[in-house]
Amino acid sequence: MEKLGASELKEKGKEFRRTILKTIANAGSGHPGGSLSEIDILTVLYFRQMKYDAKRPDWPERDRFILSKGHGCPGLYVVLAEAGYFPKEELTKLRKIGSMLQGHPNNSTPGIEITTGSLGQGLSVANGIALAGRLDKKDYKVYLILGDGELQEGSVWEAAMTAGFKKLSNIIAIVDNNKLAQDNYVKDLKDIEPIDKKFEAFGWETQRINGHDYEEIIDALENAAKAKEKPQLIIADTVKGKGVSFMENQKGWHGKAPNAEQLKQALEELK
Amino acid sequence: MKPIRDGYGEGLVKLGKVNKNVVVLDAGVSDSTRTEWFKKEFPERFFNMGISEADMVCAAAGMSTCGKVAFATSFAGFLLGRTMDQIFVSVAYSKTNVKLAGSHAGVSVGEDGPTAQSINDIAMMRAMPNMVVVVPADAKEAEKAVFALAEHKGPAYIRLARSDSEEFFGDNYEFKIGKATVMKKGKNAVIIAIGVMVKEAMAAAEILEADGLDVGVVNMSTIKPLDREAIIKAAETGVVITAEDHNIIGGLGSAVAEVLAEEKLDVAFKRIGAQDRFAESGPAKELFEKYGLNGKHIAAAVKAVAKK
Ligand SMILES: Cc1ncc(C[n+]2csc(CCOP(=O)(O)OP(=O)(O)O)c2C)c(N)n1
Ligand SMILES: [Mg+2]
Repeated sequence: MEKLGASELKEKGKEFRRTILKTIANAGSGHPGGSLSEIDILTVLYFRQMKYDAKRPDWPERDRFILSKGHGCPGLYVVLAEAGYFPKEELTKLRKIGSMLQGHPNNSTPGIEITTGSLGQGLSVANGIALAGRLDKKDYKVYLILGDGELQEGSVWEAAMTAGFKKLSNIIAIVDNNKLAQDNYVKDLKDIEPIDKKFEAFGWETQRINGHDYEEIIDALENAAKAKEKPQLIIADTVKGKGVSFMENQKGWHGKAPNAEQLKQALEELK
Repeated sequence: MKPIRDGYGEGLVKLGKVNKNVVVLDAGVSDSTRTEWFKKEFPERFFNMGISEADMVCAAAGMSTCGKVAFATSFAGFLLGRTMDQIFVSVAYSKTNVKLAGSHAGVSVGEDGPTAQSINDIAMMRAMPNMVVVVPADAKEAEKAVFALAEHKGPAYIRLARSDSEEFFGDNYEFKIGKATVMKKGKNAVIIAIGVMVKEAMAAAEILEADGLDVGVVNMSTIKPLDREAIIKAAETGVVITAEDHNIIGGLGSAVAEVLAEEKLDVAFKRIGAQDRFAESGPAKELFEKYGLNGKHIAAAVKAVAKK
């Protein structure tokens, strides 16, 4: 696969934002805020960083990706469709009966490694994949995106300790640090900062970037992929609802679909 | 029409006014569970613990050792699924005065799909010694149940639904733990239902009436302790159907079957509910149609077993 540069990726990301919103509006429900905050990272992962073959989702050498914050799946589905895991028409069936695209990711969908939707499980699964890879002498990487609110789950920290202790340096975890959870701002709900110091104390190497700056995302991922000693954490500072003025940093846009008028305005802004 | 979870939110606010020992905990979903209404009235007695269900359940147990009546709230699946051992040790075995409230239970959650559609919560809580298990059929019953659970000293689980429900009960309705309510009398068969399925059972009774069958409906809003007398009475018709938005294994259907067997009651019997499989994302109404959970399916089941 040819490697896209920052400006081409950025264009792609913009188109993905539009498709995410149309997809959620058409479904009538879903999670726009967290899909828009994670999408630039997903774009770089799938169109530059990761090694995969969409026609062979079970190719044993593939890099793995886990969306631990499973509710952000509209962002992931849009990217998987563009990558060729399934036809784009499937996006119009999101959350409808009989669809392969469930409201939260299920591993019967091509490209989905494991079911998520209950927060706090992805990193442990990633550890398992990394340990199996070590056993089988594979050199794949395991990428995952965690929510910042998700870091409040205790199970994340059990997993963080495991990865650090076992020196799972092929794990690259990215925190979509959009400062909001469902019913409140993360810092008011239960502050998770300093994220870097916490993970470092657990044996991780960390980087902090602007999660909407393509140059920074590319650099951070390439840097993390070179790791030989420690698991890698990228704290990506993002904005929930990024790109849509009335959604940005708003509590109300965690799990609500835009209506027709809101969609129109949003698409106008994303031209 | 009113969501059952709204009755929980209103009940907490009313209870908070008359009982200063009531505290409410949530795990980052207070907008969905309606505990934010309590927070507005009594901010100092509200604790949003963040997305940390296990931490919340044990903290609630700790508060109860200091005389608090602690309502720990989240989506049913996460509240119980992530905290089974915490509940087993710090709540059930410790007999702490913790009330677990699980909203968004069942396939009726709809579009969010199976990770959010808790279909085994009743089974988990039934098998927990010392645990009272309550499933209100409408918002008013939920409100009344909140008061009854606060009166009851010890662990309890209350199961709440997200979707709109019929309003069956008024202000003078008396909810008693362990007491079923006859919603409609009937001679030919009785449907024993819980939660959102009471409305479906009523619809089934109406369909069957048009077919000349006189079918009763019982709201078994406490699953533990179970109203055995109500089941024995229902069995007199010779046909008993259970209806729950939950797996048929371990829930209401199983509980009723146990009584029928132990009492040697020879009846035609069928369990309506999730047939030991995961559903999927979709509008609740369409899911009920596809997975055999609506009034039509209940009516068909009554007819099928009544014939044999
Ligand atoms: C174990 C568990 N508890 C609660 C929820 C309900 N829930 C879904 S998303 C969410 C907020 C997540 O916030 P964050 O991780 O920051 O995600 P983002 O901001 O990217 O949407 C909550 C509480 C869940 N899915 N799983
Ligand atoms: Mg967040």
